[in-house]
Amino acid sequence: MKPPPFEYHAPRDLGAALRTLAEVDGKVLAGGQSLIPMLNMRLAAPAHLVDINRVGGLGASEVTPEGVRVGALARHAEVERAAAHPLLTRALKLVAHPVIRNRGTVVGSLVHADPAAELPAVLAVLGGSVRAARWDTAGGGPVLREVPAEEFFVGPMESALGPDELAVSAFFPALPEGSGAAFEEVSRRHGDYALAGVCAVVTVGADGAARARAACVGVGAGPVVVDLGELGPVRRAGWKAAAALVREATDPEEDIHATAAYRRHLVGVLAERALRNAAREGAAARGA
Amino acid sequence: MTTKLFGEPVQRREDPRLLTGQGRYLDDLGREALAAAFVRSPHAHARIRDIDVGPALDVEGLVAVYTWEDLPERVGRALPLLIPHPALTHGRTAYPLAREVVRHVGEPVVMVVATDRYAAEDACALIEVDYELRKPVVGLEEAVHGAQLVHEDVPGNVGAHLVQEVPAPGGHGAREAIEAAPHTLSFRLDIERSASMPLEGRGVYARWDGRDLRVYSSTQTSTSVRMAVAAALGLPLPQVEVIAPDVGGGFGVKIVHPWPEEVLVPWAAMTLGREVKWAEDRREHFISSAHERAQVQHVRVGFDDEGRVLGLDVSILHDHGAYTPYGIIVPIVTSTQLLGPYRVGAYRVEFTAVYTNTVQVTPYRGAGRPQGVFCMERTMDKIARHLGKDRTAVREANFIRPEEFPYDQGMIFQDGRPLIYDSGDYPEMLRMIKELIGWDSFERRPGRGIGIGCYVEGTGVGPYEGGHVQITSDGRVHVSTGLTSQGQGHETAFAQIAAAELGVPIERVSVVTGDTRRFAYAVGTFASRAAVVSGNAIALACRKVREKALRIAADALEADPADLDIADGLVHVAGTPSASIPLSTVAVLANPLRYAFDEEAAKATQFSGTASPDRPPVAEGEEPGLEGRDYYSPIRSTFAAGMHAAVVETDPDTAEIKVVRYAVVHDCGRLINPMIVEGQIHGGVAQGIGGALYERMVYDQHGQLVNASFMDFLMPYATEVPHVETDHLETPSPLNPLGIKGAGEAGVIPVSAVIASAVEDAEGFAVDRMPISPSELFEARRRNRG
Ligand SMILES: Cc1cc2nc3c(=O)[nH]c(=O)nc-3n(C[C@H](O)[C@H](O)[C@H](O)COP(=O)(O)OP(=O)(O)OC[C@H]3O[C@@H](n4cnc5c(N)ncnc54)[C@H](O)[C@@H]3O)c2cc1C
Repeated sequence: MKPPPFEYHAPRDLGAALRTLAEVDGKVLAGGQSLIPMLNMRLAAPAHLVDINRVGGLGASEVTPEGVRVGALARHAEVERAAAHPLLTRALKLVAHPVIRNRGTVVGSLVHADPAAELPAVLAVLGGSVRAARWDTAGGGPVLREVPAEEFFVGPMESALGPDELAVSAFFPALPEGSGAAFEEVSRRHGDYALAGVCAVVTVGADGAARARAACVGVGAGPVVVDLGELGPVRRAGWKAAAALVREATDPEEDIHATAAYRRHLVGVLAERALRNAAREGAAARGA
Repeated sequence: MTTKLFGEPVQRREDPRLLTGQGRYLDDLGREALAAAFVRSPHAHARIRDIDVGPALDVEGLVAVYTWEDLPERVGRALPLLIPHPALTHGRTAYPLAREVVRHVGEPVVMVVATDRYAAEDACALIEVDYELRKPVVGLEEAVHGAQLVHEDVPGNVGAHLVQEVPAPGGHGAREAIEAAPHTLSFRLDIERSASMPLEGRGVYARWDGRDLRVYSSTQTSTSVRMAVAAALGLPLPQVEVIAPDVGGGFGVKIVHPWPEEVLVPWAAMTLGREVKWAEDRREHFISSAHERAQVQHVRVGFDDEGRVLGLDVSILHDHGAYTPYGIIVPIVTSTQLLGPYRVGAYRVEFTAVYTNTVQVTPYRGAGRPQGVFCMERTMDKIARHLGKDRTAVREANFIRPEEFPYDQGMIFQDGRPLIYDSGDYPEMLRMIKELIGWDSFERRPGRGIGIGCYVEGTGVGPYEGGHVQITSDGRVHVSTGLTSQGQGHETAFAQIAAAELGVPIERVSVVTGDTRRFAYAVGTFASRAAVVSGNAIALACRKVREKALRIAADALEADPADLDIADGLVHVAGTPSASIPLSTVAVLANPLRYAFDEEAAKATQFSGTASPDRPPVAEGEEPGLEGRDYYSPIRSTFAAGMHAAVVETDPDTAEIKVVRYAVVHDCGRLINPMIVEGQIHGGVAQGIGGALYERMVYDQHGQLVNASFMDFLMPYATEVPHVETDHLETPSPLNPLGIKGAGEAGVIPVSAVIASAVEDAEGFAVDRMPISPSELFEARRRNRG
């Protein structure tokens, strides 16, 4: 359980980090909570490790009425404490344990793209995005691009980032007016990755009509987003039927912890719980 | 002022050290040592065609590479079969490094020594082993089928087969008794594999100075490792010392010895003339140490209208993994301890221990008892259900009565001695547990159930342990015993015994365990035996020292030894506190000196006038020094008992299982320290919750352990372990001077049975397979309710 040899880089500024990534076959090291175990188990063997922990300017988060932009070095724990976005905060409480949240980063979790992770689902249900940077060798400077969530999660443990790209921040859009959100999951033990989980956003319009969107974790190759659209008046919406739609949208696999049937059943149960809780909150926000 | 020490909840004296990072574990030692790492088989069953170490030779820092062929004859021999038994007709053990054939994923094939562990693992990754694959045997059914063999010379994969019969008093065998019984039931039970999984893995560190070998091992038996290493390396015993430093948990896996690494690391240290160390990592622990539990049981029981068992016939299939270094202790313990607190009319038990291409099976805390208790307690619940009776009433009807002790179960126990229960009070215990959990007032509703489980545990097995006690001229008491400690609180409990016996403050007592330099004769720490066997040995040694101290003090005080007492480290004449002499002075007088190295010592020199000129300075029959040594060798095991009860809630939608209350009544005879006993029980219950709800070793059909990490092998966190409510009953053991019974394994033993009982109560259908996960409960609901 010792990593294979690698060359270690500890750049101090973004330009140096990007140049290194452009030059070598490297991997970014952020909080290390996923990467270090993979190195120790020799499941990953990058020739170079680019430690971004000393890069200035990546730790800050920015809160605007439009949403929260989380910097690449913002730790789970900091973002959780800042409590700038109710759904993000709720989801972070479900991520691992305090010790891991003290080191692990929100952006690192997105890039890691574990299908059972909470944060990709949050980004996806909100329609957020990840800002990626790379070094343009010809132009001699950094190039940025904004990757929307629906393009970012490519597959299990696979994001849309190129090998020379660094995710500098992620943007979590604020909940629309009159919205409520919830995250429900079942994990084997406290703090474990979920067997299945559902996060939902329910927005209640001025007319009292509810719109809902849900995203599931642990039951697909990445977050499974279901746009449930208009569901009628929030007080009389058919949450059970909506939950069934969410359930039908997933095609979970069996593993050593749960059968596919159980996972699918859980999605239905959790979707209904999440939708009802989000609707209650949304209705309260709307004053309906 | 002397405080009562025996029986007091003295805080564990080792905890400040262990909890603040001051512990010295195996990997804290030997910072300059070379590091060993192993190439382990990636296949469950294969013949080794060729090993090419060439590609590894360029790794910077590489020192040596060894395969089986490189080992001298003695070192390369098959590892010992520690506990032979006539029924183990086909016992098999591994070689320190695989010889021709590998029989489970994780079996060591090549040893690499390098300047550090990183380089050693880099070299391991480059060594190429050419394997010719064989079809692996995985799972009990496949093993019994016998189409594929784990060992070519073991037909049907059967290592051992044993039938034990205890006829009814009238002479009927169990099968006859069942046929004649008014009611009969038959069913099958399944228990999965788990493992000891201590926080600290195994580890060995060896130093050779050209003449003497010193070995540190994270072991549960340093004395026996010493003998095994000396034998394997051909060294005279006095040239080998083995020390167990602080050990971060054992739970059974570290009683097995010598592990391949315990032979290979010292041998490499001698061969290379350098210090060598190996510290097991978690993956190695999963695939290269030992597992336990896995059994399939077929049960047939006959009983009367009251639920009294007239005949019980149990047939056990026991998965032994690839090797049997620890013999068949686990299924023997299952077969014998299955009887629990009950008298059954006639009993027949048969077990077949089979080989599979998986990690070997050796005792893990409970050592076969959890399986036996699961069987008996499931049986009791099924009888109650069949008759429509309360589950505790059926148990009560079957209990051995207090006046029936000593009670002979008519079998041979794991120590080769008769299974005779020495003492106990099971009806009283049942009354206590029912009261503690509120059995009679429990409000049952769908999704909420209550369960119970009872067990008897044979503890304190022989053959013996010893204790050495020395009082030095500073008045300090040095206690040593040969068995080892893995965090049980021996430094506290043994000190309490010594302080109480000698009449000294506990602060003056220090305890050393598991260091063959201090005490060379011992057996080891396992089978809930340390307090019973070493505890009594230490008490006996203290009594010798006390007697000697009183003799010397009587001389000095010109009093009769019978009139003397010791309190607070002072020997005084009873009723005359002023006529006294400190034990420190007694210690000085006990060792006549020629040279005074300090003022105290001057009292023992030739012109001090303290010694009588008419006697030799060391009288006939005496020895210098205020010290004593004694041994305790039990006639047979002493039988502790316990009853657990739990309330669980099952979620109607998600099928999650929550243990909302957990209660324990425990009887380990006289309590040395109730706080330590409760700690042991809590830890045991936590492990039991793991076995009941979380832990299983998942092998795929290729014999790969697919969850060999803490990501997927789920041990309960503190958040998953319920608060444990405890109460004690004390029925002293008549077998030993202190009247104590063991408590180390107790907590884990009935937990699966209790949880199954409660989940069954909540759900209304049988729970016969453990552990049970939410997914399994969900599937069971679908099967049972459609
Ligand atoms: C015991 C345990 C339990 C856990 N439980 C959960 C859980 O319940 N839910 C959950 O969601 N997570 C869980 N995690 C994972 C945790 O959330 C990690 O912190 C997170 O997945 C990765 O963040 P990190 O900063 O540690 O990334 P690292 O481990 O440093 O990196 C992870 C991957 O992302 C890449 N990367 C990281 N940052 C960047 C960047 N800025 N740009 C480009 N690439 C980058 C790395 O190269 C690497 O490939 C758990 C982890 C542990 C150890």
